[in-house]
Amino acid sequence: MAFYGVELSSRLLLGTARYPSPAVLGEAVKASGAEVVTVSVRRESGAGRAGQAFWSFVQETGLRVLPNTAGCHTVKEAVTTAHMARELFDTKWIKLEVIRDDDTLQPDIFGLVEAARVLSEDGFEVFPYTTEDLVVADRLVEAGCRVLMPWGAPIGSARGLNNVYGLRALRAHFPDIPLVVDAGLGVPSHASAAMELGYDAVLLNTAVAEAGDPVAMARAFALAIEAGRLAYAAQPMEPRDMAVPSTPTFGKAALGD
Amino acid sequence: MPAKERECQLSGSSVIVVGAGVAGLAAAFELAERGLKVEVVDRGSALGAASCSWMAGGMLAPWCERASTDESVATLGTASIAWWRSNFIGTVQSGSLVVAATRDLPELTHFAERTSHYEWVDGDRIGALEPDLAGRFRKALFFPDEAHLDPRRALPALADMLKFRGIQIRFGVDFHPANHRRSQIVDCRGLAARDVLKDLRGVRGEMLIVRSRDLTLSRPVRVLHPRIPLYIVPRGGGVFMIGATMIESESRAGASVRSTIEMLSAACALHPAFAEAEILEINADLRPAFTNNLPSVRRIGSRTHFVNGLFRHGFLLAPAMAKRVADAVSEQFRETSDADLRKRRSTRN
Repeated sequence: MAFYGVELSSRLLLGTARYPSPAVLGEAVKASGAEVVTVSVRRESGAGRAGQAFWSFVQETGLRVLPNTAGCHTVKEAVTTAHMARELFDTKWIKLEVIRDDDTLQPDIFGLVEAARVLSEDGFEVFPYTTEDLVVADRLVEAGCRVLMPWGAPIGSARGLNNVYGLRALRAHFPDIPLVVDAGLGVPSHASAAMELGYDAVLLNTAVAEAGDPVAMARAFALAIEAGRLAYAAQPMEPRDMAVPSTPTFGKAALGD
Repeated sequence: MPAKERECQLSGSSVIVVGAGVAGLAAAFELAERGLKVEVVDRGSALGAASCSWMAGGMLAPWCERASTDESVATLGTASIAWWRSNFIGTVQSGSLVVAATRDLPELTHFAERTSHYEWVDGDRIGALEPDLAGRFRKALFFPDEAHLDPRRALPALADMLKFRGIQIRFGVDFHPANHRRSQIVDCRGLAARDVLKDLRGVRGEMLIVRSRDLTLSRPVRVLHPRIPLYIVPRGGGVFMIGATMIESESRAGASVRSTIEMLSAACALHPAFAEAEILEINADLRPAFTNNLPSVRRIGSRTHFVNGLFRHGFLLAPAMAKRVADAVSEQFRETSDADLRKRRSTRN
């Protein structure tokens, strides 16, 4: 699997917010085997590098950093934050979030497409946080995105895959674009289900950070993602309407009369 | 060495506590309890002027904290309630209440799963505990053993108690260890100590103080919310402290509009009367934290102990850390004086 030409072996991307402490975050990242971590760049911490203490900690993990524009509500805000992130982390990658609805944190898809275009033209490699809407996905690809990150459910909601049909359609429609389920997962079986649909990777944060034992949960997700991917590659059978015995009954020895 | 001789030598030994925040004042108190001669210095112009303790919530809530932190915080913190009760008369032990809006009830369940020492209470019981919250919530967690205090009264009270014991606090002092070669040093400078403690970082917190004439609460109330968790601590006389954000940033800028709006709207969701409250103060400061967000006492060199990393638990953890450092310092004096005594004896012989 490759994002913008960068080969990765782990299919789990991990967020860095809301852990009990940076130390627990570090251990969870290790247990997850993730090679990419996302970091939120808020403007108040970007100014004067006020967030440096925490960022240095993240950078010291040696993993690839995918900065994000969490909390941005307008195109302008998102673009400014992306520029700040590029400078801080010395990367072209940006996980683009433009939020419209404060309650569901649902993305503003119109602003998202516009910001994706502006940033792509400026040389950024954009990972847009979007819904599972096919047409929006199409517009994002048109705007220059070569990775798509549809939600499973609203951020932090732990609801799993809300619209399996929509996610499956998206996969079928974009066989060559890496697709990452971003947001809304709660338990490892959700992640496994996403991988069984043929998704390339899963991005998680709250489900791990707010678990009673984040380190164990990180490992559990890593295993589920690996299992889901293996299952997808192994071509699972389709559901049937009738029972089929796993042991053939024909030719079975007749007992008694 | 007979106990008496040892006491006598200890009482002559001097310790300088650097930093008059809650960690420093509690440490000075515990050192004095062990018969040591103590002096406190602080870079600020007055008590609280350069100390993040001044911005603290003052909740003594080991079991609520347990839901989001290591067990050791709860263990260390539990004893602090008795410590504060016996040393600060303004300590109120009336428990704390944790509520959530109906749609956020899963937050309450998740919180409960990760801690102990609580009871589930229904709407009627909530109304009995906090009449102004009657009819507003269907379920809550009540932690009957928890306590709270007003940091801006507790710190002066501690300072007075030290003064009564003849311990001075000198303000406006930039401490240089080199000028005090004969003293033991207990460094409680908080984030300022990062010149030595490189793994210390600041975690930004924003808070407000408001006054409402329409609302009475008898205990801290925490409102669980997926994005904007909030607590409100009654300070008496209709004054409430509302806190607090936790942002991985070391910015010392004032509170942001967004944080302020979020905290205030969450407060209004707890009770609409907060909309009519008067804002007395909006502030921001940095909590000193180590990478594991747990406190520690470290000895560096032969005569400096650091108490630091109390993070969001300053008032909860200061007594336990103070005892720990005071024990360590007295032990060190004993070792040194034992060695001195042996040396003197051997030269006499």
